[in-house]
Amino acid sequence: MQNKVYHRIEQITGNVIVVKAGDVIAGELAQVTSEQGVSLAQVIRLENENVFLQVFAGGRGIGTDAKVKFLGRTMQIPFSENLLGRVFTGSGEPRDKGPEIKENMIDIGGPSVNPAKRIIPRNMVRTGIPMIDVFNTLVESQKLPIFSVAGEPYNELLAQIALQAEVDVIILGGMGLKYDDYLFFRDKLDESGALSRTVMFVHTASDPTVECLLVPDVSLAVAEQYAQEDKRVLVLLTDMTNFADSMKEVAITMEQIPSNRGYPGDLYSQLAARYEKAVDFEGSGSITILAVTTMPGDDVTHPVPDNTGYITEGQFYLKNRRIEPFGSLSRLKQQVNDRTRDDHRAVMDTMIQLYASYKETLEKQSMGFRMSDWDSKLLKYGARFESTMMDITVNLPLEEALDAGWKILADCFEPAETGIKSTLTDKFWPKG
Amino acid sequence: MSENIGKIIGVNGNLLKVEFNKPVIQNEVAYACVGAGDLKLKAEVIRVRGTSAELQVFEDTVGLKVGDPVEFTGELLSVELGPGLLTQVFDGLQNPLPRLAEECGFFLQRGKYLDPLPRDVKWAFTPKLKAGDIVIAGDTIGTIPEGMFDHRVMVPFNLRGKWTVESVKPAGEYTVVEVVAVLKDDKGNTRECQIMQKWPVKMPIKAYAERLRPTESMATKLRTIDTFFPVAKGGTFCVPGPFGAGKTVLQQIMSRNAEVDIVIIAACGERAGEVVETLREFPELTDPRTGKSLMERTLIICNTSSMPVAAREASVYTGVTLAEYYRQMGLDVLLLADSTSRWAQALREMSGRLEEIPGEEAFPAYLESVIASFYERGGAVRLNNGEQGTVTIGGTVSPAGGNFEEPVTQATLKVVGAFHGLSRARSDARRYPAIDPLDSWSKYPSIVNEANVAEARKVLRNGAEVGQMMKVVGEEGTSIDDFVLYLKSEYIDATYLQQNAFDETDSSNSIERQEYVFGKLLKLMNTKMTFKDKDAARSFFQQLTQTCRDWNGSEFESDEFKKIEEQMTKALAEVSDYAE
Repeated sequence: MQNKVYHRIEQITGNVIVVKAGDVIAGELAQVTSEQGVSLAQVIRLENENVFLQVFAGGRGIGTDAKVKFLGRTMQIPFSENLLGRVFTGSGEPRDKGPEIKENMIDIGGPSVNPAKRIIPRNMVRTGIPMIDVFNTLVESQKLPIFSVAGEPYNELLAQIALQAEVDVIILGGMGLKYDDYLFFRDKLDESGALSRTVMFVHTASDPTVECLLVPDVSLAVAEQYAQEDKRVLVLLTDMTNFADSMKEVAITMEQIPSNRGYPGDLYSQLAARYEKAVDFEGSGSITILAVTTMPGDDVTHPVPDNTGYITEGQFYLKNRRIEPFGSLSRLKQQVNDRTRDDHRAVMDTMIQLYASYKETLEKQSMGFRMSDWDSKLLKYGARFESTMMDITVNLPLEEALDAGWKILADCFEPAETGIKSTLTDKFWPKG
Repeated sequence: MSENIGKIIGVNGNLLKVEFNKPVIQNEVAYACVGAGDLKLKAEVIRVRGTSAELQVFEDTVGLKVGDPVEFTGELLSVELGPGLLTQVFDGLQNPLPRLAEECGFFLQRGKYLDPLPRDVKWAFTPKLKAGDIVIAGDTIGTIPEGMFDHRVMVPFNLRGKWTVESVKPAGEYTVVEVVAVLKDDKGNTRECQIMQKWPVKMPIKAYAERLRPTESMATKLRTIDTFFPVAKGGTFCVPGPFGAGKTVLQQIMSRNAEVDIVIIAACGERAGEVVETLREFPELTDPRTGKSLMERTLIICNTSSMPVAAREASVYTGVTLAEYYRQMGLDVLLLADSTSRWAQALREMSGRLEEIPGEEAFPAYLESVIASFYERGGAVRLNNGEQGTVTIGGTVSPAGGNFEEPVTQATLKVVGAFHGLSRARSDARRYPAIDPLDSWSKYPSIVNEANVAEARKVLRNGAEVGQMMKVVGEEGTSIDDFVLYLKSEYIDATYLQQNAFDETDSSNSIERQEYVFGKLLKLMNTKMTFKDKDAARSFFQQLTQTCRDWNGSEFESDEFKKIEEQMTKALAEVSDYAE
């Protein structure tokens, strides 16, 4: 209806341009044509006849005479079976050599699910990694971040989960990925044949910032469609800290009052709007989210991991190439780990408590104190625990992992020393 | 319908700038019409400057444009009060979510507002007044059975002075919007009273005789809380803690176990999944006090983190207003707000958009007074008819980085009567509930003798000190007496403070059981014990802890309970210095 083209750009700051235009709706998309080429842009603020637009390709190279054409619609993304096996940018352009897909356009960032329609999560997602399956079980419709620091193998872990997890569709959203990491994901998934059940939306570190902001939204919009088609979807996002930093960049450009270390005051709400897309549709599919969040300076109180922790249903700490048992927590595990095997909870609790005692003993040992009998037992236990259970590169089914747990306990302790209820030790304590 | 229509001149996130001609009221509700069409978005006036007003919209503003009309309603943001509230699930603006789901399916729909109280349901009304009676605000017009309560239809809370009853409808079936009584004041003004009444959420209901000091304990069946850090009916408490320390689980347990008449859960900006647990589990659980479904005493206000931010602020007020309404019926109401930090953040977001001068961590300068006036709405009151009603408020706080030295926690601590601080160290060690036994405090009386509690606290404190010291000087540098003290404090922690929320028996301890078990514990504390060495002491306590855990898992006063108790007494006698 209205494809009027505007020529006069009033202001350019960072990636935000201002034009004078009428009849523009909040959130509308526009096409900005400059000497640098054509880019999409989105309306982020209206003030009388001033329209603030966020240019996806960035403000660099835009002239004051650039052409702005409003499209009369908000941001959309195509959805069809043909997406599987493909790689796209944050704004939905193909990144591989495949054809552009234009069919069945869907809105991104849709409304949230009515809490009254949600159901209690009930299915475990098996990953074959004991530190997850035994100690912090991943559950369908759960949202969990992987807290880590630069240098840790978080992308490797994510790729391994993508390969081993028992789900139907995997959506991989990459934000600020190093180009090498993007190639690593693509090749690793391709080698194992998992690429055919994967859709990738990738923003690399050298792409325009604004596209980074779109990655979680497009990934989750597509995931939502698959989930409504009765598919169990696992969304892997890496790295949400880059997403938050992009938000910070835009907020500062817009002269918003920063709240904490420069991040905008709505950081929590923005992150929550994405993570809360994780859902189990009654009578249909589900969305589970695993998102890497790197902690600048290994500081969990940094605003991004901190706010994330309050939103997600637990967290995995990846430290020294291990999933740390302390601090790592799957809040939903209680929903499923009573139905796996009767000893699951007892093994989980006891092994962690003993491991905590082992850590205390280590501390005492490092200060040169005499080791009691109990301390020696703990030392033996700790070493066995670390080598057997904490390895993240194995693929060990839950039941075998539990048996391994009992074996370690029996090798190191008497039943009473573990504090496990006698009914369980009678049944599971390895004989002889 | 509305005469007062303004025009949008700016859209910034969920903040609208609107030009108006006729008078507008601060905090008045208005509707923004998307493209001048039928889709109307609810908004609230939050600032007026000259001929333009700023409105926060309770929805996503995508699609609005400059020039779109805004209808002002002239009413403050209000909730409907009447029968049919209990067992319901509302969003922050009192939209009934289950009925919304029936109409719209899986997803919430923008601009869809339903009547909070269904208009077609008829209620059995019995009048308690007759023509000629003199009444004041809050007096009972009649009653309606609602679940297990007699719901009172009351004289509107906003009436001033004395009114005479002109007429009352006879007993019968009426809908909430039917007029059941007509009142008249001495100036000849008449007022028609429907079964339902409306009340602006940000104003406290004050139709009572006087406020009382909260003294009676509210049993939560959690040993740490009832014995060490009790909460009184009509009191206020806060639960700050870093993420993962178990705030929400603690609140869920309280909502299940607390000995009150009605529980209102205000899920404010937190995870939707947590509300769902309550939603799906409560109808299945029975309330031990009444034998009926727990849902019958529960009301949920649910504005989870992905739902519109502005409605988050409204949701805690909606919750407390509904709590006050039931208090007016002489009931004990517990309001659990999870989490007040999200509400404070909603204030911060709006304050930022309004470009107000920021206070600490960019929270608005009025944060403290807003928090204080919210908690002050809790309390015990004597109603006009002499009955008592209470509103107990418990709010969780989610401090950034788990650091309690931040504005929301500090502002909250100033105004609450009990502080249940959760500690990361305890939750990491899986010691749940992770309420820090040394840092927390309460100004309300415990269910057991205060002197005894003080004694147990001393053991905990001294034991912790020995524990700290042992880290420096090692076990060999610690005397056996100190070491036993340390083991005793660990024993209190393991068997009394820690409680297994997933064990049916252990998860809720009656007051009688707590008194009994605490008595036993105290005896053990005061028993002088002799061990040949530290390893013997340790293994004795390990054994005893395990036995006591089994004891905690056995039904109170059952055969098993007595058997295990005997075992423990025997074990204790073997190491004690003197025979009992």
